[in-house]
Amino acid sequence: MMDGTDESNILNSPLANNGGTMEISSPNPLAPTTTTTNGSGTATSPDSSSSAPATPAALGENALHVEISDALSEKEKVKFTVHTRTTLPGFAKKDNNVVRQHEEFVWLHDRIEENEDYAGYIIPPCPPRPDFDASREKLQRLGEGEGNMTKEEFKKMKSELEAEYLATFKKTVAMHEVFLRRLASHPVFRIDNHLKVFLEYDQDLCAKPRKKMAIFGGFVKSLGKTTDEILLSATVRDVNDFFENELQFLTEYHGHLREAASRTEKMTQRHKDVGDSHQKISNALTQLSTTEKGNVETFVAKAAEIFERIKNLETRVASDQDLKLGDTLRYYQRDSDAAKALLIRRLRCLAAYETANRNLEKARSKNKDVHAAETAQAEACEKFESMSACGKEELIGFRNRRVAAFKKSLVELAELEIKHAKNQYDYLRQSLLALKEIA
Amino acid sequence: MEVETPTHEQNREFADVDINNGSASGASDEEEVPAPGSVTNLDQESDLFVSAMTPSEVHRRISASNLEEVLTDDGDYFIQIAVSDPQKVGDGMSSYLAYKVTTKTNIPKFKRTEFSTLRRFSDFLGIHDLLVNKYMRMGRIIPPAPSKNIIGSTKVKMSPQQSEPGTPINQEWIEIRRAALERFVHRTAQHPVLRVDMDFVNFLESDQELPRAVNTSALSGAGVIRLFNKVGETVNKITYKMDENDPWFDDKITEVENLDANLQKLSTALKSLVSSRRELSALTGLVAKSAAMLSTCEEHTGLSRALSNLADVEEKIELLRSEQANSDFYILAEFVKDYLGLFGAIKCIFHERVKAFQNWQYAQMQLSKRRENRGRFELANRADKLDQAQQEVEEWQGKVQRCQQQFDDISAEIKREMERFEISRVKDFKANIIKYIEVQMAHQQQIISYWEAFAPFAREIV
Repeated sequence: MMDGTDESNILNSPLANNGGTMEISSPNPLAPTTTTTNGSGTATSPDSSSSAPATPAALGENALHVEISDALSEKEKVKFTVHTRTTLPGFAKKDNNVVRQHEEFVWLHDRIEENEDYAGYIIPPCPPRPDFDASREKLQRLGEGEGNMTKEEFKKMKSELEAEYLATFKKTVAMHEVFLRRLASHPVFRIDNHLKVFLEYDQDLCAKPRKKMAIFGGFVKSLGKTTDEILLSATVRDVNDFFENELQFLTEYHGHLREAASRTEKMTQRHKDVGDSHQKISNALTQLSTTEKGNVETFVAKAAEIFERIKNLETRVASDQDLKLGDTLRYYQRDSDAAKALLIRRLRCLAAYETANRNLEKARSKNKDVHAAETAQAEACEKFESMSACGKEELIGFRNRRVAAFKKSLVELAELEIKHAKNQYDYLRQSLLALKEIA
Repeated sequence: MEVETPTHEQNREFADVDINNGSASGASDEEEVPAPGSVTNLDQESDLFVSAMTPSEVHRRISASNLEEVLTDDGDYFIQIAVSDPQKVGDGMSSYLAYKVTTKTNIPKFKRTEFSTLRRFSDFLGIHDLLVNKYMRMGRIIPPAPSKNIIGSTKVKMSPQQSEPGTPINQEWIEIRRAALERFVHRTAQHPVLRVDMDFVNFLESDQELPRAVNTSALSGAGVIRLFNKVGETVNKITYKMDENDPWFDDKITEVENLDANLQKLSTALKSLVSSRRELSALTGLVAKSAAMLSTCEEHTGLSRALSNLADVEEKIELLRSEQANSDFYILAEFVKDYLGLFGAIKCIFHERVKAFQNWQYAQMQLSKRRENRGRFELANRADKLDQAQQEVEEWQGKVQRCQQQFDDISAEIKREMERFEISRVKDFKANIIKYIEVQMAHQQQIISYWEAFAPFAREIV
């Protein structure tokens, strides 16, 4: 019973599934190809439930395999059990199990983001906060309306809502797992110290009060970022067309993705409502059949059955749309935001480089502290150029990732739509024959 | 004691007066149809009606014209009516919408087999009211006419005249009304008696403009009076408890009330489906636009092309969802609404029967009183008053007879109408469900074709 006080336990990894999984990113093309870090990174369409091997035969050298092996939903929070198997030298044990909450994932993301050494990389976007408010609200409303419906109807609705809750749950687990796996498969992030701490330190990583600060801080930070963007793009002319174009493209693209994601969500939500209406119609028909007799009763009861089945089919279409299209749009909305952040950091670096250049000129003209200025300028130059090189690679990687992910999602979306439509057509055809026989 | 004797006498007298194979006169009191070239071969009397009713029923009598037509209900006669092409006629506040009413039929009552005429909305209301006035008291179910839409019709009046007087008008409610008018006329034409009613025939056939049915306008004086009458009647319905001899009627009205309640639920669910589906259509359109924006922005050509095709698909699906909403609406929602209206008409005829019973009881009361009077004058040897008293007794005897006849007639008619209604209700329901499913099947096929056309573009992304 999901009345908020109980705990629900999800034992299977989100990959052994029946439709609840989402595979979002294909493996990072920069990741070392030897290890089993991302055995489950390949897509499994919800219907071919190929579960990832729970224990790969043997770990190679420098392997880092991360998964969320268990998760617990408890009142306001979700507790993820992160299981790590590794042969990396820095780790004390080969096998680690820790329990982490969402805030600790945010902590890890922030630590990596603020690390200046990583300025030239796209920081994998932080997973969204687990949000069961909608499901909880619905279950509550169901409880309140229990008197208004028949036992059958109540049972049906309850199991439906529980399934919805479960799906939301599985999704949040998957998103947190994808985040970790992206880090674990990145050549630089995988050896980050904070990641190691996250994976093996068996105590809580952050005290509660920080949550509030973090939110506030985050808000201020994001404000600052936007003004930065405006400032930088106004004053710093990029020396490289590639980056100039990329920034423009990403800014526009990010906006469109955000809008598309929000509209897709509204659409799939309404589609679910259409499904629910069919259930109401089915219930009304069932009631109608009780006052009919003979073959009229049979006919009406069959009609009720048909509408219920249509409801199931339409709901599947809606949730698959959400899965394939919605999730992809949402994820790349966040990822493109991270890519944009990289470009902004690079522009800041460029500004610093230009400042260093001006300082050097000034120093030379005054013939004072020339050596210091030269060193500073050389450093700034190197920093900038390595960031540019790194950034370019990251952006190309991002583009490839994005294109591959969209391709996969679109192909799967089309396949599912066709499959569901064929199913519904076949079902309706059979039902029509059955109805005509009764009539 | 005194009361009992007259009733006993009454029964005896009735037995004597046994109306038997007379002419169609008794029934034609109610029919009032001038019928110039009247229904020719249907004049014979036959007392075929086998009693399945309780022994306490004294008489049942079927008027001839009814019987033959009921028996030939599903025979070789067909009639098909279409209502189409709404057009604005005239200008300003006096303008109105005219609909083309096209009939195809082989019923001999009509002069031709295919013909059409122009009618306006109030004409439809007019013919409905005419039929109600003629036949409801006899227990016939008259299909309700579509409701008024003052705001919509005023909009039409106020809208500027189109470039050509013949241009069709595109307002959604007009289509809803047109479809409702068509269903109304169609249903009326399925009724074996109504379909050959002179006024109805005239309505379909005649080229001439019909006299303005002024009393049907929403705000007319007559309309307000009718409203008052209805209210009074409703009060009557609640307070008068009829002494029911035949449990069939109580059972039947309960059945109808249950059906009504169930269909109300179904109607609500259907309305929610229609509105969700329409919203879904609009939201799908927005997704299509977003996909198009992404496509123009996207730098990778393959993905851009796929996104552009996705936008196409979603646009097509937007239209399809709108089509689905229309089938939800016209095939199911409006259909259920029609039946909710018919239940109202049924409740009316049951009420008419109660009124007939009341009249009968009233007449019987009066007869008793007159007999009492007569008795008193006999006793008091008042020869002068006796004559008149005797006259009155005879007068009321006649009335009681006629009232009972009416009551019996309406009771029998209602049974027949309900039987016919039951058959056509089931037939209609089955036909509509089947049609709905067929339409959904077609929609699913369209969906398949759209996505199958899209799939290659997704696969081709390099």
